Amino acid sequence: MSQSIDRREFLKLAGLGGIVFASTLRSRIANAADAQAADDFYFVQLSDPHWGFQGPPNPDAKGTLKKAIAAVNGLSDQPDFIVFTGDLTHTTDDPKERRQRLAQFREIASELKVKDVRFMPGEHDASLDHGEAFQEFFGPTHYTFDHKGVHFIALDNVSDPRALIGDEQLQWLSADLAKQRPDANIVVLTHRPLFDLYPQWDWATRDGAKAIDLLMPHRNVTVFYGHIHQEHHKMTGHIAHHAAMGLMFPLPAPGSQPKRDPLPWDPEHPYRGLGFRDVDAEVKTSEFKLTEFPVKGA
Amino acid sequence: MRTERRKLLVGLSSLVGLAAIGAVGAATQPKEKVIKILARKFTYSPNHLDLKLGVPVILEFTTADVLMGFNAPDFQVRADIMPGKVEQVRLVPDKVGNFSFLCDIFCGSGRESMNGTITVSA
Repeated sequence: MSQSIDRREFLKLAGLGGIVFASTLRSRIANAADAQAADDFYFVQLSDPHWGFQGPPNPDAKGTLKKAIAAVNGLSDQPDFIVFTGDLTHTTDDPKERRQRLAQFREIASELKVKDVRFMPGEHDASLDHGEAFQEFFGPTHYTFDHKGVHFIALDNVSDPRALIGDEQLQWLSADLAKQRPDANIVVLTHRPLFDLYPQWDWATRDGAKAIDLLMPHRNVTVFYGHIHQEHHKMTGHIAHHAAMGLMFPLPAPGSQPKRDPLPWDPEHPYRGLGFRDVDAEVKTSEFKLTEFPVKGA
Repeated sequence: MRTERRKLLVGLSSLVGLAAIGAVGAATQPKEKVIKILARKFTYSPNHLDLKLGVPVILEFTTADVLMGFNAPDFQVRADIMPGKVEQVRLVPDKVGNFSFLCDIFCGSGRESMNGTITVSA
């Protein structure tokens, strides 16, 4: 099976109407058996809300996440579930403050109409205490679940401050994949990119290549991640990797400026570069369709 | 017995010869410059290195507080800098230009600005 990014569709949809940025990507995810067993569905990916951040890159730091949640709640058809791919909170060296931020974030996220919400840590949440506080609020940092014929794997590449998945979790991944058919529909959720996107800015996972090697024998794998605060699409072999926009401040394109400082807030275009995506799993036609939304409504 | 003694002497003289060759080699090879770098929350000192193309250097790291990292991806050189230990890595500048290095271990808030540059001139 092949996977391809349909650039014509991608360009056609960019900048339409109220949608600041939209993209359609094709990822072959289905097989005959799954097509019979599965229904089409969609889920929403939100990433990098960095609750607790304060600074000029976002003068509405306390309001942006709430606006995004209102926008998700305003979608005419509600998603089957929602995933947050890490950096729920902005880092703090104070463990008490970290827990306060996690509690506040959980309270705000509880306003989502959809109650099936999956949380994952980012390095800001978990790297300073190996995920201890995160687990107190949201449970395990890596896990799997199945939904309508798609096997989801949440991988933790942040609780180790060295940006390692670690041998123990890789063995867990290997054992889980051994239970999946080679043509199973697999979606991997993670925070950091599994491939070396731009190590100069720490946009990588030190042992991410080991995870990709384990995934390679499976023909239908798609990875959704955050961390880089912008949309980005990359293929490693037949595996598609899609980064999502963030919800606090956008970051520059990889290597486009000397430092990865946040892009400045633009009063003429507030919330530009911030948003979320829905992921439309069209299982019967073997496609995922991604649509990116701005914070202020769809 | 005499044969055994002769073999031993031949062996010893060979060893002495090899040691002499090694000493000559070491004497003719220029000693690589050692650059000491102190890592602390959230800076490197120094945070700018001027290197010459093709001239290897030894980077010698210590940390003033917690576990830190050093990663210069353009040269495929990285190190974990453990508290209380001295860590050395060899860097061979094989290209000219300005290159960044960073702490690739999440060592606290402020760590994202913990980086520096390497300038390699011809």
